[in-house]
Amino acid sequence: MSEHTEQVEHIPGATTQSFVYVWVALLVMTGVEVLLAYEQVPTLIMLTSLLGLSIIKAALIIAYFMHLKFERLSLFLTLFPMLVLCIILMLVFMPDSMRALYMRGQ
Amino acid sequence: MESVWHGGASPYSIGSKKLGMWLFIISDALTFSALLMVYTYLRLSNPNWPKPFIFSPSIIFSSIMTFCLLSSSLTMVMAVHAMNHGNRKSTVRWILATIAGGLAFVILHASEWRHLILDEHVTPFHNEWNVPLFGGTFFTLTGLHMTHVVIGVIYLGIIAFAVGRGKFKAEDVEVSGLYWHFVDLVWMFIFPLVYLMSAKV
Repeated sequence: MSEHTEQVEHIPGATTQSFVYVWVALLVMTGVEVLLAYEQVPTLIMLTSLLGLSIIKAALIIAYFMHLKFERLSLFLTLFPMLVLCIILMLVFMPDSMRALYMRGQ
Repeated sequence: MESVWHGGASPYSIGSKKLGMWLFIISDALTFSALLMVYTYLRLSNPNWPKPFIFSPSIIFSSIMTFCLLSSSLTMVMAVHAMNHGNRKSTVRWILATIAGGLAFVILHASEWRHLILDEHVTPFHNEWNVPLFGGTFFTLTGLHMTHVVIGVIYLGIIAFAVGRGKFKAEDVEVSGLYWHFVDLVWMFIFPLVYLMSAKV
């Protein structure tokens, strides 16, 4: 009986092999990021590509490692739109940092 | 069928422990994003923000730290997988591998802090580049993350100990895994924004 309760049903896609693929993909993307730092690409391109890659990496970790891809859609819809909206709201302060810079005349 | 209060009937069809951990993760994500926003804001408004991370050795060093954390996430997935198949012995072994990765990260990070404090004379309120806010934001951000890693190592230690003694269910291991992956995820933003953006070849 206790042996039976520890078993869960098999979920297609959530195999050991797919987790290793995700890990390799994460390592490759980290390698690309480090390469960008080594090449000293212009700040705007650097920031855009770093943030883009980081969001892809975060999505991979959340979907596969944190198993959200295999949960009900309602869980994702409850948790994430709010988080994204709050982070976007924080961006409202960003233009102000540049304004201070221009006021100093730099 | 279990009662609603045992997590048996839920709109998400997950246990209450897992939902609780998800809610904690979302609120913690907001804390870290606020700190990253503060760092970015102050960096934008200070034209002489320092670039203290020389590619070799600082960036290579922090890349190794990233590798440790990423690999520990993989071993944690393996632990959850083993526990789902009822294999407690291999679960404990995979969790111990995860703890090793986390400890390696903490030790490397601490030695990096030591280098910054002793050799570069960066403290939370003072540094040689006259941008004291660099130390304040850097140590707050990475310090809070390191605290999370240390708490995660203790958490996983307790889980591994209990699983080895035949306690806890697969869900408990999975919930601790959620926390660990979140700590890894946060570093995926701190590493590029704090280290790689301030790299100097």
